[in-house]
Amino acid sequence: MTGGVTGAVGLAWLLVLIPFAAAAVLLLIGKAGDKWGHWLGVAGLVAPFGLAVAMLAQMLSNSGVESYFVKWFVWIQAGSLRVDAGLQVDHLSLAFVLLVTGVGSLIFIYAVAYMAHDPGRRRFFGFLNIFAGSMLLLVLADNYALLFVGWEGVGLASYLLIGFWQQKPSAALAAKKAFIMNRIGDLGLLSAMALLFAHIGSVNFVAVGPAVAGGGTWVALVGCLLLLAACGKSAQFPLQSWLLDAMEGPTPVSALIHAATMVTAGVYLVVRSQFVFTVSPVAMWAVAIVGVVTLLIGAWIGTAKADIKKVLAGSTMSQIGYMMLAAGLGPAGAAFAIFHLLTHGDFKANLFLGAGSVMHAMNDDVDMMHFGALRKVMPWTFLTFACGTLALIGFPFISGYYSKDHIITAAFDKSPVLGALALLGAVVTAYYMTRLVILTFFGEKRWEDGVHPHEAPGLMLVPMVILAIASLAAGAFLNTRIIGWLSPVTGEPAEIPHGLFEFTWVTGAAVAALVVGVLAGWLVYRRGPVNESNFLLRAADAELGANAVGDVVVKASDGVADSVGIIDRYLVDGGARGVYRAGIGLSTWVRGLQNGKVRSYGLMMGVGVVVILVAVVVAGQVI
Amino acid sequence: MAYIALLPLLVVALGALVGVLLEALVPRRHRFVTQAWFTAAIVVVALVRVIINWKTPSSRVLAGNLSVSLDNATLIVWAGLLLFALGSVVLAAQRFGGVSSFTPMAVAAPGSSDEQTAEAEGVEHTEIFPLMLFSLTGMLLFPAATDLLTAFIGLEVLSLPLYLMTALARRRRLLSHEAALKYFLLGAFSSAIFLYGAALTYGFAGGADYSAIDRAISLGLARQPLLLAGFALLMVGLLFKVGAVPFHAWVPDVYTGAPTPLTAYMAVGTKVAAFGALIRVLYVAFGGLSWTWAVPLGIVAVLTMGLGAIFGLTQTNIKRLMAYSSIAHAGFVLVPIAAALAVTTVGALSSMTAAVYYLASYGLATLGAFAVIMLVRDGTGEAPDLASWAGLGRRHPWVSAAMTLFLCSLAGIPATAGFIGKLDAFVVAWRGGLAWLVILGLAFSLVALGFYMRIVLVIWFGKPSIERAASDSADTPDQPADIVKVPVSLGILMALCAVATLIGGLVPNYFTHFASLAGQMLR
Repeated sequence: MTGGVTGAVGLAWLLVLIPFAAAAVLLLIGKAGDKWGHWLGVAGLVAPFGLAVAMLAQMLSNSGVESYFVKWFVWIQAGSLRVDAGLQVDHLSLAFVLLVTGVGSLIFIYAVAYMAHDPGRRRFFGFLNIFAGSMLLLVLADNYALLFVGWEGVGLASYLLIGFWQQKPSAALAAKKAFIMNRIGDLGLLSAMALLFAHIGSVNFVAVGPAVAGGGTWVALVGCLLLLAACGKSAQFPLQSWLLDAMEGPTPVSALIHAATMVTAGVYLVVRSQFVFTVSPVAMWAVAIVGVVTLLIGAWIGTAKADIKKVLAGSTMSQIGYMMLAAGLGPAGAAFAIFHLLTHGDFKANLFLGAGSVMHAMNDDVDMMHFGALRKVMPWTFLTFACGTLALIGFPFISGYYSKDHIITAAFDKSPVLGALALLGAVVTAYYMTRLVILTFFGEKRWEDGVHPHEAPGLMLVPMVILAIASLAAGAFLNTRIIGWLSPVTGEPAEIPHGLFEFTWVTGAAVAALVVGVLAGWLVYRRGPVNESNFLLRAADAELGANAVGDVVVKASDGVADSVGIIDRYLVDGGARGVYRAGIGLSTWVRGLQNGKVRSYGLMMGVGVVVILVAVVVAGQVI
Repeated sequence: MAYIALLPLLVVALGALVGVLLEALVPRRHRFVTQAWFTAAIVVVALVRVIINWKTPSSRVLAGNLSVSLDNATLIVWAGLLLFALGSVVLAAQRFGGVSSFTPMAVAAPGSSDEQTAEAEGVEHTEIFPLMLFSLTGMLLFPAATDLLTAFIGLEVLSLPLYLMTALARRRRLLSHEAALKYFLLGAFSSAIFLYGAALTYGFAGGADYSAIDRAISLGLARQPLLLAGFALLMVGLLFKVGAVPFHAWVPDVYTGAPTPLTAYMAVGTKVAAFGALIRVLYVAFGGLSWTWAVPLGIVAVLTMGLGAIFGLTQTNIKRLMAYSSIAHAGFVLVPIAAALAVTTVGALSSMTAAVYYLASYGLATLGAFAVIMLVRDGTGEAPDLASWAGLGRRHPWVSAAMTLFLCSLAGIPATAGFIGKLDAFVVAWRGGLAWLVILGLAFSLVALGFYMRIVLVIWFGKPSIERAASDSADTPDQPADIVKVPVSLGILMALCAVATLIGGLVPNYFTHFASLAGQMLR
């Protein structure tokens, strides 16, 4: 299981196995585990976090080795095809592991309190552990096939958790929608794998890298298919619409899966597959364009939603758009994509936990029009939320300032249009976050009757405070370190000044964008909610017609499905049933042979003897 | 040296004799438990001895003076037989409500006052255990024999105790007696045919040992009607024991009437022993004749698969269903055998590999299924009527899940050993050039799927009342069957069968390795 690798890294499989083991116990033990199950669930992710820290220490001390391959067993062997169950521990996967286990552990602890009154808490943690194990498998796998196992696992966990409150029809529908839209992306990943199998007979990252170096049309096709997969998982245009509905899930799920980790798996896939994209400019441009389009769409949607979680979901979509854009800039941007991904993981989880705290206080209401003036009643929530907001909008020297500005700079290097659009996104980001904060925490009380907001319990506040500190500091801390750390995987980035206090014209422009956005937000919303019925906002509230388009697609595919269904029902099922019915008929008809009379059995044998005797003897003479 | 290599067989034979002494020496109160443990211990000792033989290559001898071949094939078949026998002993040792599955007093007429007295006094027939060992001796000898006469002795030693034990069921004794009589009559008939075939073959080859027959065939006298007739009659005797069509008629009646532990013993033990002997006779003695027997054997395989699967579809008694299941599986095992694909390289798929793997997967699932059948009981004893199984899954999910797994394996559903067994069997037949056999085999797998899934459906989704209305059998029980308590030994047996079935389906390499070595037969 250690694959010859010593030390903590050799135990990498435990990262995957511990959460799965915890999930198995939680889901199989039944009611007996209701009292302590949630703490087992927490342990199922805190333990891997400890191991990940030990692995980090080991990798920092052996700086000569950049990646470890921890093979466990031969998974699939058929002819010349061979896929191992092997993990690749390198700087990229370790960064992800630390994000998933670190932020995940905090969210797990938060969820213990958040779900305290839910009768299904043990089941909830079982699903969360399935998610954690699958996500870790996804980022640690050393080949696409094993990655796909994790990829499907997180999809399943996402489905189960969005629909966790399955008694709500909207939650059940949202879960289905997320699952089905993800299937479209999965098809892309499967097809990409099939192409790789066909052309080079392997899906190992280390084997694919050199094999695709020559480029060619099929490599570009692989790139586009991988992008399709990434679009499904990361809610990128045109497969973005499921993410907003996914907010039906419990808030810790939104924080962990639909903000910090799972939805960034698409970015991971693109960065991990850099070797495919660097040799095919078409695929690379496609990634960058998808990123830009999504970052604008997401931000736009964020300006109009009244549901606090949907605003944040739009924002997530938009920020992942930034990461995609960066990943589509090639080695120049890939490291920045991961940098932004890590800081985003911190501050967006922070924001979602804050939103969860607000909902907790407001009897699970999510409509910001019913909030207002919560700053006084929930000071801690307000403070931590403010930290997250500053990080998101890129307030100078706070996380987003570093990670987002690098992306904008790199985008300008590639093309002024991309850069300008990314900058526009930053303006809108500042605007919608100002709107959200004003509507929620400032202004008049617009509470519903019978709502008595209160500060969240300590078990929820501690993770929020830790994440708030991380939101403030992660950017400055990682800024000088992350690029060098990732360079063995992502390649050397373009020369971008990344000292803590270096300024360029882009920095200035970004700060200006921030000021414009915040000012605009303040001017519009300083007196509370306004009439939001202009055309642009209505379009954004309708998610730009994505659902209408979806409906058309669904109707069309329903038609196809119906006709396939008819063939299936009458031809395939009919065939199978026909065989069965014919069998039953035949059986009833010939059952008389078994009449229970030993003399007829003897006769049957006797006839059999004669037939075989004659057949063998005659055949022996004739043939 | 040969005698040491023969120790597994000798241990079992000696154990049977000592078992008879135990009958006389051990007080009645302790007899059942003592016999059960003693028998299990004997089987384990023999098994250990087989493993030691396996580890000492020098023990692979063709003991011509003993008319047995102690080669890889024999050792693998022996290991399987002993394991399955151990499982059957566990089944036979079960007592529910303080009574075993066997009649308290065989000589008392059913329903007589003698019987009631015996029942009241708690008398038991513990001779069942030495009888099982006698039968096991025959089972071990039959596939190892290299001489038609030795094989015949193995066959008779195997069969005679089975005839007797079939008559010993505790419930429905008349049915049990009838089954025993039918089994005996038809078995005697088939033995006579086998013996006649052996005589004709002797007349042709001038010797009864397999190598002499092989030599005579290689001399180019293959078209002699004497040889062909002898061969055909020998085959009839062997096909009778494996329960192939048209010599299958005894199987449903005997399986239904016999005590359930014994049904399991016949379904796994007899089948494995008879196939072991069949393969050795076909490949070692009549290998030079394969151009004559491949197609007839393929036709028998098709008839057997088809008849087993189709008849099984409308059965309502679970033991009878298992009987038809065993007939159908005999057909599936014949598929790779008919293809006569020899080993070309070490580890490659051969007829022997496929047959051995198939038999192992069939045996595990069948043994497990019979364990479940023994557990499902109503007020009067076992409840073999399928209708009374309705909705069992809701009341006893673990046992039902195990049963579902066994049925899936028997049906050949992926992730179970049964799937790999069918896959290998069909691959071998395909490579052996019998494409028509593969296609028909697949079609009958589909039919068989229907009959196994019907049971699964009843167990999980059946509603007691609806199933009862649909059932046309007269003796439908009033209350649904239930599982009172799972005895530890049965629980372990089921768990082991289930785990092995899963391992055999998920990581078959561990088992196919052994199975592939079974192809090495000494001539």
